[in-house]
Amino acid sequence: MSQIAFWGAVELGLVYAFVAVGVFLAFRVLDFPDLTVDGSFPLGAAVTAVLIIAGVNPWLAAAVAMVAGAAAGIVTALLNVRFRILNLLASILTMIALFSVNLRVMGKPNVALINADTMLSPFYGLGLRDFYVRPLFVGILVLVAVLIVWRFLESDAGLAMRATGANARMARAQGVDTSRQIYLGMAISNALVAFGGALFAQTNGFADVTSGVGTIVVGLAAVIIGETLFGARGILIALAGCVLGSILYRIAIQLALSTDMLGLQASDLNFVTAALVTVALILPRLRRGGAA
Amino acid sequence: MISVKNIKVLFGKGTPLQKQALNGVSLTIEQGSFVTVIGSNGAGKSTLLGVLAGDVLPSEGEVTIGHTDVTRKGTAARAGLVARVFQDPLTGSCGTLSIEENLALAARRGESRGLTPALGAKRREHFRERIAELNLGLESRLGDRMDLLSGGQRQAVSLVMATLAGSEVLLLDEHTAALDPGMAEFVMNLTQKIVTERKLTTMMVTHSMRQALDYGHRTIMLHGGEIVLDVAGDSRKTLQVEDLIAMFRRIRGQTLDDDALLIG
Repeated sequence: MSQIAFWGAVELGLVYAFVAVGVFLAFRVLDFPDLTVDGSFPLGAAVTAVLIIAGVNPWLAAAVAMVAGAAAGIVTALLNVRFRILNLLASILTMIALFSVNLRVMGKPNVALINADTMLSPFYGLGLRDFYVRPLFVGILVLVAVLIVWRFLESDAGLAMRATGANARMARAQGVDTSRQIYLGMAISNALVAFGGALFAQTNGFADVTSGVGTIVVGLAAVIIGETLFGARGILIALAGCVLGSILYRIAIQLALSTDMLGLQASDLNFVTAALVTVALILPRLRRGGAA
Repeated sequence: MISVKNIKVLFGKGTPLQKQALNGVSLTIEQGSFVTVIGSNGAGKSTLLGVLAGDVLPSEGEVTIGHTDVTRKGTAARAGLVARVFQDPLTGSCGTLSIEENLALAARRGESRGLTPALGAKRREHFRERIAELNLGLESRLGDRMDLLSGGQRQAVSLVMATLAGSEVLLLDEHTAALDPGMAEFVMNLTQKIVTERKLTTMMVTHSMRQALDYGHRTIMLHGGEIVLDVAGDSRKTLQVEDLIAMFRRIRGQTLDDDALLIG
């Protein structure tokens, strides 16, 4: 694997770390299996790309993308909380609908951002090579996001959200409005995922309506790899596990695809992904079984 | 103070399984009074507790806790008035959160929850003191996950949780039923101590007639969704478990199949 390919994998892993943290909030904190992310990731990319081309400041464009993602999460929460649709199904409905929404937002299946100003533009040409600038820039944003989510989850408000996912009946008895927690959690989760999409569009120079396919699997892969490596030892470690899991996942994929010996090609990506997640899921069981 | 007026609860309305769980129950419990509630399965004990807690909204009647009409308020909305310990130790606390996180959750019951760190040094110290009073050695394990504790330990912690924030009423839902006899006695003594010290208005639902007569100031028996016995004061002092069983038999018009369960 060349250095450029390696740092490219790290960069992609950091972009998807936002997805991983979002998926962690939905699946682990709220216990809400949310597939909306397959739609909110390209939604973030689409909104950002269209706004940047229209001349909007790229930071503002990314902020709008987050609001759009939050709205998508709220729709899923509404279907589940207000209309009692099974959480998984509610999220699939939103995801399917978002495919059309994303096409409408962009007006075509993909939008190129070649030569457009992005959040990264000011940092190119400061002496550092481009393939270092991108992971460094995204990495700093990931660090900020992780610190904010960590502080939140360890606050009174965050504790209410964790209780909602862990034991809703107890949470209500303690005065926690569990419906509101689901709205809030789904909004934050999908806002993070959409921000990941916004960064994806800006680091790769395009937004594509199909780029969301499998986002949930990638996010879950990162969460599970993180858990396998670090175990359950507090919120900060779990969040760090999500980020590292996301990076390691991308490096593993890159390794698998670039090793000539294995004879894999780019189109085998989805199979390799499924195989990796399966291994990450089985590994802890084997370890436990061996100890017993 | 608790006041319920002419409460009716109908489950499964319009279905073959329709059941009048409470049929016009009226009851006033004065400030600081400790009331025990007994009755056979399906008598309406749990439903009455649910009506007070907010889990069950009555089809008719009025519920007042303190000076607030809570008839139409859900569980979360009235949580500031109601502290509660559940029958199942797993229900009353979050197994995946640590002991101190559970305490922090309970300390803000019924209050707004902001971005203040849930476990500041001051709060931790306060939690440590309150848990140390239990003499279970848990004060050194505050960071442990709740699901590492035994059922009895969890109920003891739940009792502390119930008193961390102020409340108008304490509801105990057969909270010793899932424990071994030794731990049940420990939790009952702890309950007595906490209720007396804090002068809490308390309602305890129990399966044990012994408990119902030994604790509290007043005993109520429910049957078929109605109050069939309400004793307090001197007449309660002379009442024996055997008298209650006889009353049970008369009401049901049949012999009980399992006396042991009731005497327990």
